[in-house]
Amino acid sequence: MRLEYFQLIDRIVDLRPAERTIAVEATVPTESTIFEGHFPGHPLMPGVLLGEAMAQTSGWLIIALNRFERMPFLAAIKELKLRSFVQPGQKIALDATLAHDGSGFAMTRARGRVEGKLVCDATLTFRVVEFPNPQMRGHMEALAKVLEFPMGALADG
Amino acid sequence: MSSTFDTVANIIAETCDIPRETITPESHAIDDLGIDSLDFLDIAFAIDKAFGIKLPLEQWTQEVNDGKATTEQYFVLKNLAARIDDLVAAKGA
Repeated sequence: MRLEYFQLIDRIVDLRPAERTIAVEATVPTESTIFEGHFPGHPLMPGVLLGEAMAQTSGWLIIALNRFERMPFLAAIKELKLRSFVQPGQKIALDATLAHDGSGFAMTRARGRVEGKLVCDATLTFRVVEFPNPQMRGHMEALAKVLEFPMGALADG
Repeated sequence: MSSTFDTVANIIAETCDIPRETITPESHAIDDLGIDSLDFLDIAFAIDKAFGIKLPLEQWTQEVNDGKATTEQYFVLKNLAARIDDLVAAKGA
């Protein structure tokens, strides 16, 4: 997790296009200026960033299902539930499932667990559009390699 | 009026918290009911689920943007209901 770059996940650990599911992992950094304010003496991963982590998890699933031809942009997070504190150094296991594949939009259900315990979940909506420019697509393809995106899994979709 | 319209009207009323009695076949979803594009995604989701179809929103938007169609053709509810009936019929064909 590189909070300063808004990279909220570390690695894609499982991608199953046929089942429309993805699983990723992310470790909250032990140090960040965010924790200096949130909160002094009681550092916590901000809930909105847990929402973003679920959005990024969902986003990679949607990119996979669109075979890197289209880009999801977050449009709504519904029923965001923050069930437990997440602290610096903890590893979060996140997963997402495609709930609906619409025309130009998609909906997912996502959740995060720490040591097997559910810490967050939500239903998310994305607008799914053409990449705005080649540069952004190139960036996402490069980031996919960093996240160990399993390109081979796309053949199974 | 068709059951399709009733289903759509009920979806809109529930999704957007609009009084059901204000929704008529002549209502324009955007101009009369004030539904914005994000709220319409929730409506499209519910319509897709209810009728087992996929509303071609992207195609419709493109046609409107290109001047090949008017928003009335797709977003006046009686017309929307007719489009849904066409999509359902095409699915069963």
